[in-house]
Amino acid sequence: MTATRLAHGGNIDRQKPITFTWNGRVMTGFAGDTVASALLANGVRIIGRSFKYHRPRGIMAAGADEPNALVDLTHGVRHEPNARATTVLLEDGMQISVIQGWPNVDWDIFGVLDLFHRFLPAGFYYKSFFKPNWGFYENAIRRMAGLGRAKTSADRRKFDARVDHCDVLIIGGGMAGICAARAAISAGLNTILVEDRPHLGGRLNWCGRVIDGMPADQWAQQIASDLNCRVLTNAVAFGYYDHNLIGVMETVQTSDPDCGDARLWQIRARHVVLATGAFERPLLFADNDRPGVMLADAALCYVRHYGVLVGDRIVIATNNDSGYESAIGLAQAGAEVTVVDIRPIAGGIQQRAEMVGVRVLPSARVIKAIGRTAVTAVDIRTNRGSHIRIDADILASSGGWSPAVHLFSQSGGKLRWDDGTLTFVPDQSPQAVRVIGAANGTFDPAASMSEAIAAINAIAPEKVSWSLPALSQTEKSVAIEALWQDPDIIGRQWVDFQNDVTFKDIALAASENYVSVEHLKRYTTLGMATDQGKTSNVIGLAIMAQLTGREIPAVGTTTFRPPFVPVSLGAMAGSRFGPLHSPLHQLPAHQSHQKLGAEFREYGGWWRPAFYPRNSEDAFATIQREAKAVRAGVGLLDASSLGKIAVRGKDAAEFLNLIYYNELAKLKTGRLRYCFLLRETGVVYDDGVVARLADDHYLLSPSSSHTKGVLDQLELWHQTEYPSMQVSFHNLTSAYATISIAGPQSRTLLARMESGIDLSDQALPHMSLTHGTMMGHKVQLARVSFTGERAYELTMPAGQGRTFWEHLMNLGQDLGITPIGIESLSLLRAEKGYILIGTDTDGLTLPVDLGMAGPLTAKKVDFVGKRSLLTPDAMRPDRRQLIGLRPTDDQFVPAVGSHAILQVDGTRRSIGWITSSAFSPHLNHTICLAMIEGGRGLVEANAHVTIFDRGKTTTARAVEACFFDQQGVRLNG
Amino acid sequence: MRYSAFNLIRHGLGNPLGWGPAWKPASLKPSYDAIIIGGGGHGLASAYYLAKNHGIRRVAVLERGWIGGGNTGRNTTIVRSNYFFGESARLYDHALKLYEGLSEDLNYNIMLSQRGVINIAHSEHEMELMTRSVNAMLLNGIDVELLDRKQLLAEVPLANDAPDARFPLHGGFVQRRGGVARHDAVAWGYARAASQLGVDIIQNCEVTGFIRDQNRITGLETTHGRVSAGVFGLAVAGHSSVMAAKAGFDLPLQSYALQAMVSEPLKPILHNVVMSGRTHAYVSQSDKGELVFGAGLDLYPSYAQRGNLPTAQEIIAGLLEIFPAFRRLKMLRQWAGIVDVCWDYSPIIGPAPVDGLYLNCGWGTGGFKAIPAGGWLLAHLLAHGKHDPLSAPFDLTRFQTGALIDEAAGAGIAH
Ligand SMILES: Cc1cc2nc3c(=O)[nH]c(=O)nc-3n(C[C@H](O)[C@H](O)[C@H](O)COP(=O)(O)OP(=O)(O)OC[C@H]3O[C@@H](n4cnc5c(N)ncnc54)[C@H](O)[C@@H]3O)c2cc1C
Repeated sequence: MTATRLAHGGNIDRQKPITFTWNGRVMTGFAGDTVASALLANGVRIIGRSFKYHRPRGIMAAGADEPNALVDLTHGVRHEPNARATTVLLEDGMQISVIQGWPNVDWDIFGVLDLFHRFLPAGFYYKSFFKPNWGFYENAIRRMAGLGRAKTSADRRKFDARVDHCDVLIIGGGMAGICAARAAISAGLNTILVEDRPHLGGRLNWCGRVIDGMPADQWAQQIASDLNCRVLTNAVAFGYYDHNLIGVMETVQTSDPDCGDARLWQIRARHVVLATGAFERPLLFADNDRPGVMLADAALCYVRHYGVLVGDRIVIATNNDSGYESAIGLAQAGAEVTVVDIRPIAGGIQQRAEMVGVRVLPSARVIKAIGRTAVTAVDIRTNRGSHIRIDADILASSGGWSPAVHLFSQSGGKLRWDDGTLTFVPDQSPQAVRVIGAANGTFDPAASMSEAIAAINAIAPEKVSWSLPALSQTEKSVAIEALWQDPDIIGRQWVDFQNDVTFKDIALAASENYVSVEHLKRYTTLGMATDQGKTSNVIGLAIMAQLTGREIPAVGTTTFRPPFVPVSLGAMAGSRFGPLHSPLHQLPAHQSHQKLGAEFREYGGWWRPAFYPRNSEDAFATIQREAKAVRAGVGLLDASSLGKIAVRGKDAAEFLNLIYYNELAKLKTGRLRYCFLLRETGVVYDDGVVARLADDHYLLSPSSSHTKGVLDQLELWHQTEYPSMQVSFHNLTSAYATISIAGPQSRTLLARMESGIDLSDQALPHMSLTHGTMMGHKVQLARVSFTGERAYELTMPAGQGRTFWEHLMNLGQDLGITPIGIESLSLLRAEKGYILIGTDTDGLTLPVDLGMAGPLTAKKVDFVGKRSLLTPDAMRPDRRQLIGLRPTDDQFVPAVGSHAILQVDGTRRSIGWITSSAFSPHLNHTICLAMIEGGRGLVEANAHVTIFDRGKTTTARAVEACFFDQQGVRLNG
Repeated sequence: MRYSAFNLIRHGLGNPLGWGPAWKPASLKPSYDAIIIGGGGHGLASAYYLAKNHGIRRVAVLERGWIGGGNTGRNTTIVRSNYFFGESARLYDHALKLYEGLSEDLNYNIMLSQRGVINIAHSEHEMELMTRSVNAMLLNGIDVELLDRKQLLAEVPLANDAPDARFPLHGGFVQRRGGVARHDAVAWGYARAASQLGVDIIQNCEVTGFIRDQNRITGLETTHGRVSAGVFGLAVAGHSSVMAAKAGFDLPLQSYALQAMVSEPLKPILHNVVMSGRTHAYVSQSDKGELVFGAGLDLYPSYAQRGNLPTAQEIIAGLLEIFPAFRRLKMLRQWAGIVDVCWDYSPIIGPAPVDGLYLNCGWGTGGFKAIPAGGWLLAHLLAHGKHDPLSAPFDLTRFQTGALIDEAAGAGIAH
């Protein structure tokens, strides 16, 4: 009645028992078992409940095509809510349980849904549940749906990833694949072979053939042990991407709780050979989803490969010769086997089957499986048309084979219908891929071996020097006969088991005009389950063709999408997790800032001091203190993250003049200019200082977070629009450290550095730069200010950043030197009305909105964005413009993001928003920067505006955007 | 046959196959009053509203493949109207309001699930930008709330709050009327309702060329032969610039592959739609239990409807950084659609530079949520030859006038 473990045989190690639990019950299996084979050997029949009707289900297949056997798997820290029992290798201590079924899988209360199946046809939810609205029903339906229950705790395991390349990547280690690998090695190709099972050999492991005078499984192991190439087992090629990039997911068996259980390989192959085999199709009959109904080849696999005989009395329904192979294997293992063949005669194999005691019913059909929680008998219509019932505990079926064309299809390959084998086979692909063996619809072993050799010969510069092994003689075969759905069969017939799609559902789709493949799939959910329709796609298509009077190819083929089997998300992301997900840049003087007690925050990918609190100072007090220190004496800011892009070449000046908004060709050597880089829309993308170091040499300092973006823009324009210009770009950002020294005492401090650089205002005026040597290192000194104070930017090799920083800090003790963070800098520059890109500007801000109209009229040559600056909208007087706001309540700091509003006819309309807002310690009142419609007009009119923040309103006065030292005398102070 | 629970039971007991075609199979007639090119959501909705709002029923929708097979059937189905600029807010809120009554209107359950759309802020700066957005939306009458860190965690308990989280949680904002809807149902529901009003829906019919009389389009070349009509609507998303070239004009669009993926089905684990502007990752859980997620565009312009592995990895890494519990889960399916991205990430609705042709394109990564409005407004243009006030700001001429509506600046991502 139930499956039994045989005393001998199978690729399992009976010396190594493995203990695991099933729904809490302790069971044993052996090393080499899958979860499925172990469960079968322990007599488990009902493995789960179906998705929609909660019908009891058993194991149906022995590989990736399994639709039913999804289980919850816990093993140490590893947890898989929907593990496929047929592909997970059993390990000691695994806790396995059902994912559906309450109170338990044998008695599932929701099984009652099956009684209402008439009212729940495909797409029933499209026709109901919308009064009063879907939300009214949805939560209840959601709770019913879903498969496994995921854990909610964070998974902190480490996943790694590998990248590799080769001449030929062979996917699938069955007979065709290992022959191809052997041939490729002999032809001197750099070869990788991947196989998703733990052993090479594929069906050779259970087909019972003889090759080179030895059992096929032994032959396979012998070849495998001798393959002088990289062989990845337990590794499934799941995705075929552009330019022959293949994603492979390797299962990692590990006891390390910190280590993930899968590893992603990205393999770029000059050639790909697909030897992915084929999936057996089931036959349809009434109640073909009962536990005990399975695929014929799976039954054979269990007995020969795992030593598990799935039943005592087995009926095999078939329409082709391969059902007999299973019959022979099962009969040899001691089962009583009846083959029910729809064809009047089978091939020579029939005789062999009968010799081992198999009973054959020709021209007969299985019409129904009897038994609710397990098959107990089979109803058959005989060749005479009479109905008989045979007792049976397993009903296996073979409806022919569908090549595993998934990867081929993903490669962009087109499929062709082959009437001989009743399958879709690979046709043309735009990529360098060849398909061999069963994956190519070549089911004859000798022919598929030759295909393997031919495929390698076609791509190898040297000829293959490996001769084909001798195969045992195979009998004459008789072709498969089409049987998709027998219209005489009444009762529910499942096509997609996991999603509970029956023949009736397809008929409904056909009658409602959901006749294209994709509509069929989507309307009925056929093939959309976690097995992705490996057993159901072709049948579904064929039935649709039958129902709509079309040929199968006229219905179309589904496009297969990656992944071939579900793959671990953790492994897909690889090491990119936590700190390694877009790693933060650290400043060269990071440790100095740590010592100073800096509070760090991320600014555009850099981990920078936000401020340096002293003792118990809060953020506000710290920022105010730092800002005051700069205006009173001298502050030190680590500005190393500021971009440094060297632009060199004969055409550097001309190129930059095209790219930048500001005039740069006329910039004198040794001078700096504050510039905007625009998008084609005229919008300010970045601002920064550009220095000219020589005629053909500029240095750009984009804002920290835009360095890469600016570099990309430069390359884009150069490579796509001006490739003939002689100019090149080098990102030097991380090669140098930059310390910004700001405040009235900055020059005094610098003078103590004993560089010999002339620091006088004549020699080094504002917006100029010079070079020299300090502390034995070459440095660049630029006079530039973002605070409104006299300020310098000192740039030195990155490795010296810390030494310089600490040295400067020491030198400045008596000057009240203060390290300052980004937050006080932000306050200081706001007092001056200096903008921060992305804070004070947005995706619509033009230079004129920021008050920089000069270059547009003055610059004679064309530049990026110019056209957009001349549109009517760009010249509207009521554009949003950058202005200052002074809240009426001096001490109240409105939230950044508050809007300014107008009340028109009782409705409130936004006229802009506050972009920066802070309390100024120097002015002793709040200052705001804002982008306001017609803002400059409001400033001139000294107007008041209403400020709105989430329902609350206050008022402020429109003022100039510069609050402090409007004449700019301190720059030279 | 009307769809209702009552009829489901009746058919269950009687003739389960008696519903009749959802939309009638039709073949191309020689001429129509109006033809819509592209049987995605926007095209089908346009046909429906032409018939329903304007009484124009001699209408055909020509679809190259199967209806809804473009981006409409590939998208991650987020609907929301939390847009920054008033022009957008009004457009998308019109769509959302229509969505709210659409199942009843079409007599087809489009499964509008208003689970709330939450955007996470990972820094103070992002909080400031969100404050700006939230205020803009409140002033435009959109239902949004700013969330502080605690409120955010209460809404999205699985979000990564570990001390070493790469993207710390600072807060966020929510639009409670936002959510998801069933994409196929939107296409099929419009198709069925349009078909009932007399619209011909013609599949496997590719438009291959335009027939012109001077500056006027008078007919089309199709794989089913020639056809003429009074006016034409173009709603072909990622292929808009290809079709525009055939009609003799350029569009400021670039076509990119946008990927999405789903996990295996799970019992409910995520209630809202959640987006993170930092990783661009966004995710929701479908009623079937799959986590549906995506992020940014693939790197280079393309017409290949498949995604690349490196981008997929980045998308996944972005999701897992926000939801580390999902690292144990598996990806079930990955796919891509070709999205038509405009310079300013806003759609183009309005007359084409040639007479008789009207555009509905440029929806880019976010046009599913707009389908009812896009259809409504294109229908208006086709019927009257001029804009409804809602669509006027989205006219193609904005690229001449410079009056762009750059939502990427306002909202960050635009799914
Ligand atoms: C992965 C992904 C995720 C997305 N997520 C979201 C989201 O969460 N929320 C959201 O609002 N939006 C989202 N979008 C965007 C949204 O899907 C689209 O903006 C929207 O579906 C566009 O609808 P449409 O009708 O214009 O285009 P489509 O649905 O693409 O329809 C265009 C149709 O035109 C047909 N066609 C093309 N050329 C011809 C021709 N020559 N002749 C005849 N027919 C032709 C095509 O076959 C296609 O069916 C996403 C898009 C993608 C790809």
